This record gives sequence, structure tokens and C-alpha cells, in this order.
Amino acid sequence: MAAISLRNIVKKYGDGFPAVNDVSIEIADGEFVILVGPSGCGKSTLLRMIVGLEDITSGDMVIGDRKVNDLAPRERNLAMVFQNYALYPHLSVYENIAFPLRLAGASDEEVDEKVRNASKTLELDEHLERKPGNLSGGQRQRVAMGRAIVRDADAFLFDEPLSNLDAKLRGQMRTEISRLQKRLGITTVYVTHDQTEAMTLGDRVAVLKRGLLQQLATPRELYENPGNLFVAGFIGSPPMNFLPAEVEGTRLTLPFGSVEIGEEKASRARDRGLLIAGIRPEHFEDAAIADQQGSESSFTATVEVVEWLGNETYAYIPFEAPEEVQQQLKQLEQDLDGESLRTQLVVTLDGASRISEGDEAEIWMDASRIHLFDPATGENLTVDREHAGEIPAEAVEVGA
Amino acid sequence: MNELKQKIGLGVGVALVLAWCLLPVAWILSLSFKSQAAVSNGSDPGFLPLDSFAGLENYRAVWEDDQFRRAIINSIGISLIATVLSVMIATLAAYAIARLEFKGKKMVLTTALAIAMFPVVSLVSPLFDLWRTIGLYDTWPGLILPYMSFTLPLAIWTLSAFFREIPWEMEQAAQVDGATSWQAFRKVIVPLAAPGVFTAAILTFFFAWNDFVFGITLTSTEAARPIPAALSFFVGPDPFQRPASLLAAAAVVATIPIVLIVLFFQRKIVAGLTSGAVKG
Repeated sequence: MAAISLRNIVKKYGDGFPAVNDVSIEIADGEFVILVGPSGCGKSTLLRMIVGLEDITSGDMVIGDRKVNDLAPRERNLAMVFQNYALYPHLSVYENIAFPLRLAGASDEEVDEKVRNASKTLELDEHLERKPGNLSGGQRQRVAMGRAIVRDADAFLFDEPLSNLDAKLRGQMRTEISRLQKRLGITTVYVTHDQTEAMTLGDRVAVLKRGLLQQLATPRELYENPGNLFVAGFIGSPPMNFLPAEVEGTRLTLPFGSVEIGEEKASRARDRGLLIAGIRPEHFEDAAIADQQGSESSFTATVEVVEWLGNETYAYIPFEAPEEVQQQLKQLEQDLDGESLRTQLVVTLDGASRISEGDEAEIWMDASRIHLFDPATGENLTVDREHAGEIPAEAVEVGA
Repeated sequence: MNELKQKIGLGVGVALVLAWCLLPVAWILSLSFKSQAAVSNGSDPGFLPLDSFAGLENYRAVWEDDQFRRAIINSIGISLIATVLSVMIATLAAYAIARLEFKGKKMVLTTALAIAMFPVVSLVSPLFDLWRTIGLYDTWPGLILPYMSFTLPLAIWTLSAFFREIPWEMEQAAQVDGATSWQAFRKVIVPLAAPGVFTAAILTFFFAWNDFVFGITLTSTEAARPIPAALSFFVGPDPFQRPASLLAAAAVVATIPIVLIVLFFQRKIVAGLTSGAVKG
């Protein structure tokens, strides 16, 4: 087991395009770190550079106390689970799991003992003699994990291991991976584009965009204190709402009215003209139900669409945004792999809410949870730096 | 009703094709069991050897012929060596072509194809001179070399197609698991490409076994003369009578190894061996 340290890692391809640009991450021994981002953000490339399948253009990759930049994959002693499992189809499950041990020249008894241990952990005992072709997706996934845990690797690397499974199995395997990692206490780097996996599995999460590290923080810090517009929009589902806003005194003017935000926030954002306010859907509530009523923080608006899910209700409220903000939001949608649709507010209401489509509803909002972003750079002006993990300086400047 | 019609139609069709393909074989078989005399004076023109049935006499005669026995050994030896060498070289070459980026990759492929397009006959006389000068004439290597050069292109093309089908991840997984490039190639890639390897092997063996032009021009004695060439020299005891039934028996004997080899290789060509390697 070992710590992994990525220092100013850069990966440039032949055409000079930097797939990974100056990324530094310190992964402590035994830590579970997630690399997350939309497709093309360089997360897989970064993982493959750790394991040695991809050359490092510049920067240092240190595992334990060894600099491994020029070492072949087999000399790095890491175990990896591939997105498509990459099982050896001509070998039985037993031999698949035993493969790394056999290469290392382990004795038959040792191989047998370790393989049986791994298969017991992963409940593969009755499948040991079968070929991978006859296994279900979840079983193949477990075999791939067996091949990783059977040897004493310094770290586990996962490359989107669950993306080929159906939703139910994905949930089960997710907890399984989490349990396994906690039990073995082994350093783990896990690549995913799924933010649920990122939030639930990781001790810390590194959000990447176009090869740049945006923020490295615990899931809670990411959620509550996103460093910039991109992270704010990426983490959370349904995503954070972005509204055009302007600060006057200690009040914030939104398309639906104005709310009191307090001097501390207001002072950071005052005199900057038009801003983007970010507020999560669950920080709204049907004013008829909300306990903490305060007329200052509620507004009335026409609800266009209502989606009732039982425990909660999504309500959609369209609004008009000035051109400047629209441009920025459109760009953000593109960065997030999304479609830029109409500007609308998504609010999560209690399932008991009786608001229906077309209603003129009174909505309460928790103004203390509002974040204010600079529309030009995307920087979060109201971020609480003490509880936001690491936000690399260039992520804000270039990342906008 | 429709299904029955379909079945009958299929049966009739298959029977027709089989009859068409197997008629020459059946004919040769029937000839090989007729007596020498009956064939020469045409006393038993029917298809089945009825009153001229000679039992295994022709086969015994063929087998006792020293020249023929030598020819069989030559053919088997030369074809097998050519096949093994050709497949081994082709496997390595095809792997490089499928996996590595190097200058002149296109050229290697087109040159290989161009070589395969050369008419065999146009190469025979220069080879004859060359082989006599450097002492390869009438030796096993003298035949193995041209067989290899003509079968390598085909083998390389077949195999590189197979290698391209194998997902990169298989190899990367092996490397992460602690394999050297060579180990990954030998333990993962080659087993997965086995169907391709055996396909290439069959094609190469066919070519070498059936070749006549090289066999007759580049040999002069039974030191290296393969079966097809030997058959044409087959005269039997009476030089004024073509021993048709003996030839037929010899032809049948010459067919047996290739049938065996194809049956053996075909078992190895299991379709869909790579299924289950990766999802998708």
C-alpha cells in the first residue's frame, strides 16, 4: 500500500492538445479518491498515466517513494479494473483470477489459497470453473475485481467499472466496492462520469474539466462550496439553478423578486454588476408548507410543469435571462455534455405540496444557501475557502 | 406445410451440391478398387467395381512402391515445416502490423499482396537457376522457401485481421497484471487469435500440399520430390500401360493426410472464442 502523488502532470498528444494540463493531486495512503468530469475531461487519461499505459509528457508521478514516470505497468505493482473488464476469455474464472499470481511465479498452493480467498470474498465460488463468456455482467465485474484484489497491489485503479451494468446492479456493486475498499484499506483511484458514484464512494473527489483540475474536496465540500460555476453545475441532481442577479445594498435582485442575503455575502459581490446566482433545487419550498416562513425570501411565480415523484415534487418555472447570462449558461451546458434548453428554474418541493401546473404559486427560498458567481470567470464569489478543499487558481481563470 | 417444403428443398439442394462436389472423389475411389486389367481394356465400364473388384491390391502396390513412399514423406515434411514456419513468422508480422505504428506499414502490406499476385510460373525458371547455383536445388529447403514466400502474404493478411479484432484492453490488462509484452502476447493474444492461426495454417498447408509447379521443376530425385510431382512420374510395372487404377489409389492415399489435417485444425477453429472478453 502506498500514497500516490501526482505533481504537475501534463499529457499532450501529438497535435499538442493538452488532454491533462498541470494536474497535481496528493492521494494519501488508504484514501479513496474519485476522478470525475464529463467525457473528454482527461480523467481516464490521468488514470492510465498512473498505471503506466499512457506516457507522461511532463510532471512527476510518485507512488510510495518511487518516481514511476518511466516504469512499465508491471513494475508499478498496481491493480486495475477496466471499464469493459478485459477478462481473458480463454481462461476459466479461476485462472483469470490466478493470472497475476502465475505471472509472479507463485507456487500452486499459494495460488490456490489466494484465489479461493478472493473468490470467497466476491462470492464467486460456484463459478470458478466457468469461462467468462458464460457469466452475467455483474459476475464478470466481480471476476475483474477478483483479479485485482488477489495480489498485494499498492493501489487499486478503477476505470468506470460500473458503467456497463444496469441501474440496480450498479447500486449493489457500488456498495460492494465501497465495503471492499474499506476492509482492505487500500489506496484507490476511481474514474467515473457518474456523480452519484463520485459522491457516495469517494473520501475526496477531484472534478476535472478539459484537462484542468477544478476542485479537489470531500463530497460534502463540493456540494456545499463549489469553487466555480462548472463544479456547481456538475455536482447535484437535479442540477443547481443559475439565475441572473444583481446586488443592491444587502439585497439580491432575481428575476422573481429580491431577497435579503446579508452583509457578508453582499460585500463580496457588490459593485460587480450583473452576476449569476446559484441555488440548489432543494433550497426552495412551497411557502404553504415551509416552516421557516419569511416573507422576505418568498416570491410568486407561475409553475409551468410539475413532476410528482411521491416523496418530492419537481416544479419547473421558466424565466427570461439577459443575453450575457444566457451565453454563459449555454457554454456551461456544453461543458457539462448537456443540451442547452430554455432557461428555467427547477425547484424541489415536498411531496405533500399541492401546487399544480399553471398555478401562481408562492415559493419560499433559503437565501442563506445562495452562491454568487462572476459571469465572466465563473468564480464563486461567496465560496467559503476553509470548507472547499483545494481550488487551483488556474481553474477559475482559464476554466471560465 | 411451408416448413416441410423448405426442408425438402434444402435437402434436395444440399444433395445436388454434394453430388457435384464429390463426384470426382467417388470416381477416383471406384477406380482405385478396380483391377489394372479391367481399366486398361475397359471390360467393366460401370461405376461400381463389380466383377473387376481388386480389393486393396492397388493400395498394396502403391504402398510397396519406394518412390511413392518417399514422396509422401517429402510432402508431409515439407508442407508441415513450411506451414509451421510461415504461421510463426506471419503471427509476429501480423501482430506488429495490427498493433504498432511504424513507418512503411502500408508498404509491407501492399508488398505482401503484390508478392501473392505474382504468377507462380513466371518465377519458376529464375528460381531453378538460382537454386542450382546456390545448391538448394532438389532439397527440402528449396521447396519450403518458395512455399513460405507465397503463403506468408495471405497468412499475414488473415492474421492481422484477427489481431485487430482483439481488444487492446486484453493486452493492457495483462501488462498491468505483471506480464511483459512478450508474455502478454504469448499468454493472451496468441490463444485468442488461435482461430486465425489455424485458418492461416490450413491455407498454408493446402498451398504447399497441392503445389505441382514448384514440386516438379525444383526437384529431380526422390530426395525432395513431393506427391503431386511424384504422381506424374508414376509409371507402374509396365511402361506401355498407364496404370490408371494404381494412380487412383495413389491419389486417394495422397488425399488422406490433408483430410486428417483439416479435420484436426477445424476443431481448433472455434467461432466466437473471444466472446465474453469485454462487454459490448
